[in-house]
Amino acid sequence: MSANVNHSLPLEYQTEQNRLNILGFWIFLGAEIVLFATLFAVYGVLGHRYAGGPTPSDIFKLNDVLIETLLLLTSSFTCGLAVFFMRQRDMKKLLIWFIITLLLGAGFLFMEIREFIHYVHEGATMQTSAFLSSFFVLLGTHGAHVTFGIIWAIMLIIQLLQRGLTPMTARKMFIISLYWHFLDVVWIFIFTFVYLKGMVG
Amino acid sequence: MEHKSKYPVSHVVGFFFSLILTFVAVFVALKMNVSYTIVMWIIGSLAVVQAGLQLFMFMHVTEGEDGKTNVINMAYAVFVAIVIVAGSIWVLTSGHAAH
Repeated sequence: MSANVNHSLPLEYQTEQNRLNILGFWIFLGAEIVLFATLFAVYGVLGHRYAGGPTPSDIFKLNDVLIETLLLLTSSFTCGLAVFFMRQRDMKKLLIWFIITLLLGAGFLFMEIREFIHYVHEGATMQTSAFLSSFFVLLGTHGAHVTFGIIWAIMLIIQLLQRGLTPMTARKMFIISLYWHFLDVVWIFIFTFVYLKGMVG
Repeated sequence: MEHKSKYPVSHVVGFFFSLILTFVAVFVALKMNVSYTIVMWIIGSLAVVQAGLQLFMFMHVTEGEDGKTNVINMAYAVFVAIVIVAGSIWVLTSGHAAH
């Protein structure tokens, strides 16, 4: 298994074990797409049942949503840069861009939590209407993924500092980059089919 | 698979186009004076294009020995997602369920 090392490939693809781990993670992402699809389906069905409570255009604020979108999009970009520099075996630039990614992710979370607190203060809670229940479940699941990603990333940074760049740490870094890009893909659809859709009508 | 170039060209290009797509979607949704259905079709298409950018320019879905498997896996996941979302909305907003 891991004795088969092919040095012509990037670190993360050098062993059979690594290639299988990366393939396995892609299959996991396929299942994650289906998980989010079910939540989008719930929102698509219930998203216009307001039960006399606030409607999307009452509570959504374009500026806050745009800031969240740009933070997450930029963090996806800087995460890509981190992997790019990992392939150049540049540990310092890898860490710098990965830490910037984390800070942008934390900024996104801060904005999202602030947004939720603001909604609750306006009386728009999970119990208010079917629209808000499905809204908070969809957005909350995404936000929980971002939170988990940040914890995961911090642990990986510690391991990178301790062990340096090896086929194993490179594979872990590559896999978390796939996860992070995936979270931005989900956000694109939340931005479009929750926020923009809510502000059109 | 190996990045030969010294600069992350595909990432910068992907980021640039993602930003443009985001702002075009905001403009179409909030400033253009067309019907709701047309707006949703346009911004929905823009979202799909931007997701594709992430998949190909950032995640390099086609790279590696298993590139083809990844693409088939993603295509199948997207198919199931569309069936779940469109199917649920269709079943639960038409026919008996609506009454």
